[in-house]
Amino acid sequence: MKSLGSFRRKFAPWNDPEAKPYISFENVTKKFGDFTAVDDLSLTIYNREFFALLGASGCGKSTLLRMLAGFEEPTSGRILLDGQDMRGIPPYKRPVNMMFQSYALFPHMTVEGNIAFGLKQDGMPKNEIDARVAEMLKLVKLEQFAKRKPHQLSGGQRQRVALARCVAKRPKVLLLDEPLGALDKKLREETQFELMDLQMKLGLTFVVVTHDQEEAMTMADRIAVMDKGKVKQVATPAEVYEAPNSKFVADFIGNVNMFEGTASTVMPGKVDIDVPADRITIRTDATRDCSTGQSVGFAIRPEKIRLSRKEPANTAVNAAHGELYDIAYFGDMTVFHVRLESGRIIKAASLNAVRTVEDPLGYDDKVWVNFDTDAGILLTA
Amino acid sequence: MQKLIASVVSRLVISVPYLWMLIFFLIPFIIVFKISLSQVTMAIPPYTPTIDVWAGWQGLINSVSQFSWDNYTFLGSDPLYVKAYLSSVIIAAISTFLTLLVGYPIAYGMARAPATVRSTLLMLVILPFWTSFLIRVYAWIGILKPEGLLNQFLLWANVIHTPLNILNTNTAVLIGIVYSYLPFLVLPIYSTLEKMDYSLVEAAEDLGCPPITAFWKITFPLSLPGVVAGCFLVFIPAVGEFVIPDLLGGSETLMIGKTLWNEFSANRDWPLSSAVAVVLLALLVVPIVLFQRSEAKAQESEK
Repeated sequence: MKSLGSFRRKFAPWNDPEAKPYISFENVTKKFGDFTAVDDLSLTIYNREFFALLGASGCGKSTLLRMLAGFEEPTSGRILLDGQDMRGIPPYKRPVNMMFQSYALFPHMTVEGNIAFGLKQDGMPKNEIDARVAEMLKLVKLEQFAKRKPHQLSGGQRQRVALARCVAKRPKVLLLDEPLGALDKKLREETQFELMDLQMKLGLTFVVVTHDQEEAMTMADRIAVMDKGKVKQVATPAEVYEAPNSKFVADFIGNVNMFEGTASTVMPGKVDIDVPADRITIRTDATRDCSTGQSVGFAIRPEKIRLSRKEPANTAVNAAHGELYDIAYFGDMTVFHVRLESGRIIKAASLNAVRTVEDPLGYDDKVWVNFDTDAGILLTA
Repeated sequence: MQKLIASVVSRLVISVPYLWMLIFFLIPFIIVFKISLSQVTMAIPPYTPTIDVWAGWQGLINSVSQFSWDNYTFLGSDPLYVKAYLSSVIIAAISTFLTLLVGYPIAYGMARAPATVRSTLLMLVILPFWTSFLIRVYAWIGILKPEGLLNQFLLWANVIHTPLNILNTNTAVLIGIVYSYLPFLVLPIYSTLEKMDYSLVEAAEDLGCPPITAFWKITFPLSLPGVVAGCFLVFIPAVGEFVIPDLLGGSETLMIGKTLWNEFSANRDWPLSSAVAVVLLALLVVPIVLFQRSEAKAQESEK
């Protein structure tokens, strides 16, 4: 996290009990016929926050965004924006602007026309509109494309026009529905940072809907992981990754090895988990309360697992023997699939920090898997 | 070799519609045009000269030398024809506009209807075609005549106290045209509206447009290709319409289709009626070219 800017490091209003939320969802439910898209959901977002709603398609994240924009009304519950109840306020009167997944650029208008559209609706004087449009074009580096029509632009340029158009009105909150979904990988990575810079520069509150966890992790101050209309966890990217609060979140974010077992011994600060299916006993830091005999889960990320040919000193806990089943080489890192003696396949990743290794691990090599007591996370939900 | 075959095959495929147009449009048109340059006479066929294929080259030259533009100069000199053309264009234009007023909301409603009922609505628009056009126009006589359904209803509802005289007026012709050509206008508008990305309207509302403004600034301009196509599909046949003015119109209704029919059947003046038809076609070429241009433009902007 230290690589992020100093402002970002200090920015944590959610930890400040005095801070007032800027957007709050209070017990919001949205039903479409029999289908419950959003289920009794409560959520707070702070001013100037870059907030990501992350989830698989159909989890209700887009519905949440559309309710904030005013295209849908909650079936029950309420949405507050800067202290004001948004119920009954139509989209065209809300101080929020949305960037659509399809960009929704007006095909019969030029780039300029698109950007000026919202300003004209506000009855802004023409010279001010021109100045604002020029400023926006400069912001998204599209000055020389002002007179083009959307169909004459590339995907990345269209995305920037869409961004300029909704930023032009200086909304309090910018809603972005899969803002980078239509871009190719390289462009997406670049644009992520552009979006972050823009958000900082303009001091806006961003709410982004995405199904791409890397995108959410890179850009957002906080992430809400959603499933079936409910929020599973709201936390910073690092917390969501390193301290998921449930099996769902642990499994959803990143790669994980999940074990299901029973807490056999509960010691002060430590818990032993018996995993009979995989013939392994796990000793982990007791980050959550649990009692002896309780069935619990244990999640460990591949990069936190060590592989060695040598037998570790302690094989009673956090160790298992197996053979290399598959090797996925990514250049920067390698992911090894180890088949334990129980037949279970474990993923272990190692960073390729040096260019050449003497006698590297190869297919069918017998290896030991082991990890520290603080490497994984105890899950009770 | 394969390329050669492919190019021959593709030429053959393209030649089919051209051949069709040649046999069923161009050749008949040339015959009509030829007749329009002839003189009326009491004979079978009722015009002269006739081209005798067996008379050889000299016979052909003889025939051609007898051609004249008399019928066309006559059309220009008799105000009846000029008036008929003018009144046809005016009636067609008014009825096109009225059809648009009625048809656009129908198309809009269909495009915004839930996807499950859309095909049913589409079916309902096409359904009238299952009954003969002539019968449907006849049915309007029963509705519009002084003791017809409409007057009976209005009298019963106490809206009027004496029957309205609608049948055999231009109003009846307008009603007939609007009714008959409505599907031709609804379908193209529906297809452009249905293809339109609704998030554009949402984006407009999001940027501060109340729904009505969003309609005029986004939905309507984007449906223009459909509107233009629909209007031409109504206007072009309406100008030459013959059945509706004949059945529903009165003596005051002057339309070129009816005039043509009178010249052809009552006066048996084939050359003059041919000239009327050729001029009508020439008049319609202008909107047809405009229509084609707008189609081409629409196709280009879709790319």
